Amino acid sequence: MTRILGSVAALEGELSSGASVILNKGEAPDTPMALIREIVARGLRDLHVVTLPACAAPVSGMAVDLLVGAGRVATIETSGVSLGELGAAPRFTAAVKAGAIRVIDGTCPAIYAAVQAGGKSQPFATLRGIIGSDLLAHRDDWAVIDNPFEPGDRVVALKAINPDFALLHAPFADRHGNLWIGRNRDQLYVAHAARRVLATVEEVRDIDLYDDPALIAGTLPNLYVDALAVAPGGARAVPGQEDIAAVRAYRDAAGTEDGFAAWLDAQGLVSRSAAE
Amino acid sequence: MSDLREEELRACVIAGLLDGVGQVAVGMASPVPATGALLARERSGGAMRVSILGNAAASPWTNGGAELFDYAGRGGIDAFFLSGGQIDGAGNINLVGVGDYPEARARWSGSFGSAYLYFVVPRIILFRWEHSRRTLVETVDFISAPGSSEPGVYRPGGPVALVTNLCRFDFLREAGRFRLASVHPGHTVEEVRDLTGFGFDCPEVVPETPVPDAETLTLLRGPVAERVGEIYPVFAREVFGQAV
Repeated sequence: MTRILGSVAALEGELSSGASVILNKGEAPDTPMALIREIVARGLRDLHVVTLPACAAPVSGMAVDLLVGAGRVATIETSGVSLGELGAAPRFTAAVKAGAIRVIDGTCPAIYAAVQAGGKSQPFATLRGIIGSDLLAHRDDWAVIDNPFEPGDRVVALKAINPDFALLHAPFADRHGNLWIGRNRDQLYVAHAARRVLATVEEVRDIDLYDDPALIAGTLPNLYVDALAVAPGGARAVPGQEDIAAVRAYRDAAGTEDGFAAWLDAQGLVSRSAAE
Repeated sequence: MSDLREEELRACVIAGLLDGVGQVAVGMASPVPATGALLARERSGGAMRVSILGNAAASPWTNGGAELFDYAGRGGIDAFFLSGGQIDGAGNINLVGVGDYPEARARWSGSFGSAYLYFVVPRIILFRWEHSRRTLVETVDFISAPGSSEPGVYRPGGPVALVTNLCRFDFLREAGRFRLASVHPGHTVEEVRDLTGFGFDCPEVVPETPVPDAETLTLLRGPVAERVGEIYPVFAREVFGQAV
């Protein structure tokens, strides 16, 4: 069922402007940076980026920051964007202050609940907490309702999230396009909720994951995976570089628009964009 | 003790707030709380459990990032840490930005799990390492999560203390305000008053924050530092001189 494409560029070609895409938080090396770089280098516009629940690790935060800085994003629905231990995400911060992107501010368990409701094709989930937070006042997709089974007990109803695409990077696929994701179950949640999954993998192995009971427990079935491309090192912040050093260098460059443009140029991302 | 680093003292204050706690979770970008929690675990002789977000090896979860919140919701997490770009005298925290939302004069990363965990975790320890009138304000510009809730709102959790680079405040839940509990060595009550933007209760005599004894420092700079280095390599190298 899964189409195995010949390049990350071909994977990028599956996306279209205005699409909603969901990214994982990126604590494992699971941010599809090779695909993100491809999106940055090409001409997509007006993406609606959802983060499950935040992109606040160095590489995942840089991924969002790159998309924003390159002008690919109209809206970000998130509970947090940063470079983790390396501090604020510079282009994200600048874009919000300039009003260049819309941020739909959420809170982690609410995004999980809404994405999981989406995965179950239900209209909404409910959650305790949140009441009294200013987040509520800015969300027309959240509503305080009475617990129908205990009147007077107020809970927050959260409209389900069903993104057009989940973008992810996994350690490997089997020959049928089943993805081994290990304990990274957030990748299951995004796959269940999204209409389509586009994945990069370190490698495709000539095995069937269903043959191994230990491996199959950590597998995303190919039912959900539309297309994948092999991208060794595809979750690295910058190909061939150590992540923390690479993200720090990015952060130091991307503090200004000119510095960001120079960084893109040095990465070969601007010139390719201009050539297309 | 002149070589005691500020981060070490703060971690010790945090560890002191965790005595007797069973299960501690540490959130994103919280190296000092992580250090304090790992120190408390060492001192508990392994009775305390500590899980650290953002670090798979230091987390028991097998059902993704949602599991921490699900587990906290069922009362499984006894203590957690929150901070804010602004914290006000009612314990409201702001992780979003300064100015009229959404056109922020300053924009921070976002509210993360605060709008849930503040409600359900019984011992929330607030921390802020810039004690100033711009961070500790009378009223926050945006409430990511409120310090207390009106009757009828499910609220088993909330703040118990606020630790800063100058002092420790305790939060008086019934009064909905802070009380100065101790002032760190080298600082004064007057300094705390000058640099705090909100009103707080203050006893006549405010004790000095105790410095760690030699045994605690040995733990801190040995096994605790080693674990911290696996999770926050940049921080550990700066504070403890650990190799990355």
